[in-house]
Amino acid sequence: MIARLTAGVPRRALALLGGLLATFMLLPIFAGDYLLTVLILILYFAYLGQAWNIMMGFAGQLSLGHALYAGLGAYTAAALYVHFGIGPWIGLLAAIPIAALAGAFVGFLAFRFRVAGVYFAILTIAVAEFARVGFDHLSWTRGSAGLFLPVAQYSHNDLWHMRGHPVMFYYILLAATALAFIACRVLLKSRIGYFWLAIREDEEAARSAGIDTFHYKMIAVIVSASMTSFAGVIYAFYYNNLFPEQVFNISHSILIILAPMVGGVGTLFGPILGAFVLEFVAEALRTVLEGFGIDLPGTNQLFFGIVLLLVVIAVPEGVWPWLARRLGLAEGKT
Amino acid sequence: VQPDIFLNVAVGGILTGLVYGLMALGLSVIFGVVRVVNFAHGEMMTIAMYAAITLFSALHLDPLVMLMPIAAALFVLGYLLQAGLINAFITRPEHSQFLLLIAIAIIIVNVLLIVFGPDAQNVQVPYAFDSFQLGPLIVDATKIYAASAAVVVAAALFAFFRYTTLGTAIRACADNHTGALVVGLDVNRLYALTFGLGCACVGAAGCMLLLIFDVTPAVGPAYTLLAFVIVITGGMGSMPGALLGGVLVGLTEALAGLLFTPSAKSMFAFAILVLVLLFRPQGIMGKRLT
Repeated sequence: MIARLTAGVPRRALALLGGLLATFMLLPIFAGDYLLTVLILILYFAYLGQAWNIMMGFAGQLSLGHALYAGLGAYTAAALYVHFGIGPWIGLLAAIPIAALAGAFVGFLAFRFRVAGVYFAILTIAVAEFARVGFDHLSWTRGSAGLFLPVAQYSHNDLWHMRGHPVMFYYILLAATALAFIACRVLLKSRIGYFWLAIREDEEAARSAGIDTFHYKMIAVIVSASMTSFAGVIYAFYYNNLFPEQVFNISHSILIILAPMVGGVGTLFGPILGAFVLEFVAEALRTVLEGFGIDLPGTNQLFFGIVLLLVVIAVPEGVWPWLARRLGLAEGKT
Repeated sequence: VQPDIFLNVAVGGILTGLVYGLMALGLSVIFGVVRVVNFAHGEMMTIAMYAAITLFSALHLDPLVMLMPIAAALFVLGYLLQAGLINAFITRPEHSQFLLLIAIAIIIVNVLLIVFGPDAQNVQVPYAFDSFQLGPLIVDATKIYAASAAVVVAAALFAFFRYTTLGTAIRACADNHTGALVVGLDVNRLYALTFGLGCACVGAAGCMLLLIFDVTPAVGPAYTLLAFVIVITGGMGSMPGALLGGVLVGLTEALAGLLFTPSAKSMFAFAILVLVLLFRPQGIMGKRLT
């Protein structure tokens, strides 16, 4: 199994990956609160990017509304906790099916009626926006006033209820990111993965070859949506407050796609590298601007916009494929 | 709800819908010819709206008077964007084009946010509270003026495409890209002109809409989405379809605002989109999808 997963990957790349994981495991020992916050954001977007990548990078379906699944996951788990005291891990059992159902709804609407390309992208935005306005008026989750989780000083980390120090969230996200990475590799090397790539490259050809494209595209949306909802649950319990205006916002969807876009769509390491580059440069920029006494809302987003523009123009395939070739880390053809 | 209130709201919705239609017309023209989806469409409209606000507060110039110069400025902006950036992306994969325009959209929203701040702004024209009465019907003057201007601009655009040589050349590009190249048309320049025209439409629509609604930097993406909904409803690439879709969406929003709550009105526009995608994916006036 492991031999099959690592076949064709240069030994250096594997060593680097192991080193990276070890570094991430040890980082909280040295990191202060500020750095930890940044690292949590990096892992959050690396994980989400990995989930989004399944749809766009593997199966070639551009979703611009992934905030929908994160938001549904966040709201489901948070509402169950606030109303019934149900912990996040049990809540996950409801959050994942709900997000998967939403993904299935979007997928069914689109793929059943051959809605593709731009129509599909717009449909994903529209459904997410529908959810945003809907949750704004849903009194069970406190509407636009926001849903708040009870916050208290915790003497110890309660993993079962996800209450505690940010370090705990860091390790949850690190585990999730590592597992997502491996899961994506497994998927990519499986029958499903090859069918996805076939659909991405040429859907007509895939269909002529006898692949049930509807079926496999549905799997891609459902898997991606389910994975995304888990990040939403963590979002809810980490921030302890939820607003439809934020979690379902289109800018949240855009932030989700930025990391894999910058890192490299369809690559496994791209989302991780992309999240890293974006957050670190954004934080550096913020520090520099603060040094000049400039603190304007929108500068961070403006920076993300400029980075996206430059990446799309200059390195449309993403930073990772470019870097991997340069470092001799690209996967060999076996 | 009394029937005359119902009628008033419906007429108001249809008039607003005509302005929506003009906004969507810009998107439709760009998509129909250049085959690029302008994900920064609503954001370009907010540029026009802030330009109109600035001119109004500095020089007391009425947005309807400034409609032509602002539309012209947006034309130049669109022309330069297409000629300088987007033309190079025509042969790139679709998602690459989307992301280019999404990047432009993000930049516009946040530059406006930094320059003008997050608060809602509007213009207080002298006729802001005037209204016309026609039997039981009472209609806001601003909506009448805005809708009339929208119809005039849309008619001018129809005439341009129908009766001028340049318009015919652009339609030739839309019908057959290779054919247009073969007969020696400068397709890149025509694309830039078309993108400029689309932006001019949305710029003009922005000046009109400013009479009806407030503007914040954050409404850009919402209008982009609304323009998509309208164009898909009416049929992508169909000019009459865009106007019809605009009226339909304007009417739905107005009635939803009356019967439910105004803040939930956009949900109904999305419901229309889902219905159209389900039952008539090519749109009401669109040709069959290929």
